[in-house]
Amino acid sequence: MLVDIGAAGAAVSIVAVMFSAVISNNIVLSQYQGICPFLGVSKKMSSAVGMGFAVIFVMAISSVFCWLVYNYVLLPLELDYLYTMAFILVIASLVQMLEIVLKRFSPTLYSALGIYLPLITTNCAILGAANSAIVYQSYDFLYTFGFSVATGVGFLLAIVLLAGVRLKTDKADIPKCFKGFPITLITAAIMAMAFAGFAGILAG
Amino acid sequence: MDKAKLKETMLGGLLRNNPTFVLVLGTCPTIATTTSLFNSFAMGVATMFVLIFSNLFISLLRRVIPDRVRIPCYIVIISTFVIIVQRVMNRFIPDLYSAIGTFIDLIVVNCIILARAESYASCNKPLYSMLDGVSMGLGFTCALCMIGIVREFLAAGSFAGMAIPGFPAMDAAASNMFGFIVFGCMMALFNFLVQKWNARAKRAEKTLPLAREESPAEVTKC
Repeated sequence: MLVDIGAAGAAVSIVAVMFSAVISNNIVLSQYQGICPFLGVSKKMSSAVGMGFAVIFVMAISSVFCWLVYNYVLLPLELDYLYTMAFILVIASLVQMLEIVLKRFSPTLYSALGIYLPLITTNCAILGAANSAIVYQSYDFLYTFGFSVATGVGFLLAIVLLAGVRLKTDKADIPKCFKGFPITLITAAIMAMAFAGFAGILAG
Repeated sequence: MDKAKLKETMLGGLLRNNPTFVLVLGTCPTIATTTSLFNSFAMGVATMFVLIFSNLFISLLRRVIPDRVRIPCYIVIISTFVIIVQRVMNRFIPDLYSAIGTFIDLIVVNCIILARAESYASCNKPLYSMLDGVSMGLGFTCALCMIGIVREFLAAGSFAGMAIPGFPAMDAAASNMFGFIVFGCMMALFNFLVQKWNARAKRAEKTLPLAREESPAEVTKC
């Protein structure tokens, strides 16, 4: 929203797109998407890391399927205005399928990511990243995949940094009415200001 | 018609179950779209529209939808109304759509709507569910407008688009930073007032809940 990261993909190199998705156009701190899990699951470092990796995983896989659905089903049938419904159905069924597949074939990965998977369906960062890469920017396949992985990494970075700060603020002696969400929001505000400092890097 | 339940449903969303300050749901639009009073109001009304009709239809279909595939069914119902809002806004108010369109698309995954579908509409009669949508939507709209008024004053020095003499406008990019901090301070103020109220309240049932401190692992099913 704030920084235009180039139209139609071809003009900007994939490295620049990925760098901007992680740092200067961070999904949480400058696009304001995915804030519910960012605030809610950042109390402990271990759960923040788990949530972050689950988001990268689901975002990468769902972007591939959403891209295929949009370009090979919706566009040829001229149903592209249904993209919201198509994408969220792809994401919801994918999350459900991943849960079943992981439980069956990779119990270690399931025990690490399993509890975060149901929460991911309502994480707007996943749908937001698919919308912006596929519909708003109309990236090609490789760019969409790179953008989605980088967006997930940006989410991981933001939530891990916040979890690190919250370990300190939870012990700090602050007014009672600021305990919990308010102090976390103010921490996030200061983090967003720090990340806004990167905004000029790609413009030059 | 049960009067106590009606009253509880109507007023619950405004204060006791306020989606923004007590339940802390739907925080993305709360932070991203409250840059001015008009944008906040539009976002609130769009969410309220989707909430009322998705609650109504989910409640009507509550005996038909099988439990195992309820989430995909809810999503189809919700996204139908989101697409209606999207198309109408894109056609008739394109300026507004270009400002908050990203978050209109994301109403589908707004946790307030799924939470109310799961914990209210799926086990209550259609009329109550619609009323719940109205009161939750009003609570959300009021909270967004309060944040919008403060942010518009800080960023543009104006109220509802009218400039207040003596207060200069700020750089547009800098004003986007206010989302987190204004929301945080408003929630702290809400907590402060509730704590004062609770300290004075004589009877236990008069006390009000504070903002919850942790996300629930999953939305509670009723």
